[in-house]
Amino acid sequence: MPTPAATADRTSTLKDGIRAAWPICLGYVPIGLAFGVLAQKAGLSPLAIGLMSVLVFAGSSQFIAVAMLEAGSGIAAIVATVFTVNLRHLLMSSAISVCLKGLRRRWLALFAYGITDESFALNLVRFREGNWDWKRALTVNHVTNAFWVVSTMIGGLGGTFIPAHAFGIDYALMAMFLCLLVYQLRGRLYVVTGLIAGIAAVALSLAIPGNSYIVAASVIAATAGLYIRRRYPKIGQAKGQA
Amino acid sequence: MGLVTYVPRWVPLFALSQRTLPRWLEEWLDLIPVAILSALILPSLVTAGEPRQLSLWNIDLLVAVPVLLFALRTRSLGGTVVLGMALYWLAGKFLG
Repeated sequence: MPTPAATADRTSTLKDGIRAAWPICLGYVPIGLAFGVLAQKAGLSPLAIGLMSVLVFAGSSQFIAVAMLEAGSGIAAIVATVFTVNLRHLLMSSAISVCLKGLRRRWLALFAYGITDESFALNLVRFREGNWDWKRALTVNHVTNAFWVVSTMIGGLGGTFIPAHAFGIDYALMAMFLCLLVYQLRGRLYVVTGLIAGIAAVALSLAIPGNSYIVAASVIAATAGLYIRRRYPKIGQAKGQA
Repeated sequence: MGLVTYVPRWVPLFALSQRTLPRWLEEWLDLIPVAILSALILPSLVTAGEPRQLSLWNIDLLVAVPVLLFALRTRSLGGTVVLGMALYWLAGKFLG
């Protein structure tokens, strides 16, 4: 029988996780629905769609894969795109591993499954602020996952009947990303790195089709930022550091 | 596809969280989130089309300005999302 303290801890973990996760869930609904509709048009049943979402949970790359299928792209192109899209998840996984030091293997495996652009950015911020732990981070991953899976299945069932673009919901994820970006601006070094990344990303995205520009620009910017930090220590001081 | 998306997320966690990383790597990784977010956001605000081209006068970029300022001021995730949605919806109504 769990002790009252253990139960209370479990409840607060759940509440904190949900409270943190709801903006992401809100953003996932329109995209999940849209994905479900697209996938259904490409010939997948709602059950297959749900299964795919559960197995993959990669949000945007699921979208890209189905859009490409619809457009008639070859399997090789799709796999290559999905792979580069997820290369950035490798970077994210590396970045957040610092917060999960010493966690037991099975929990690491479970956590890895839930890493997406959104949950990564959110959890990282929370870890930095303190009062966050792997259980809460895991909750965020899986609550958002659940919303994603359900949204895609509903989209597959008949999303065309749901009014599209209601209440500006298409912008929810962008707004969320903007705020998460703001959270990362912990000092001049980060602003500079962000600017380099943004400009590099725009330049590369215009020059090269596909999504490889994301990883490329990130690596370039982080490396440049590291160089600047070493070369000009004054710029490198983040807020709250000695 | 499940494996292709899962492996890049699983390997670093296993490889990296069990040990102390060299300082330069920790500092580099520390800059990754801001870089990735920027790289994700900016192109989708200023480019469009297939193949991509610069496209500066669009609603997404327009709405992003007040939303960004609001986020800087309040640091509220929920508030920013709600504001973004409201402004986007309004912009669609009046500028669409």
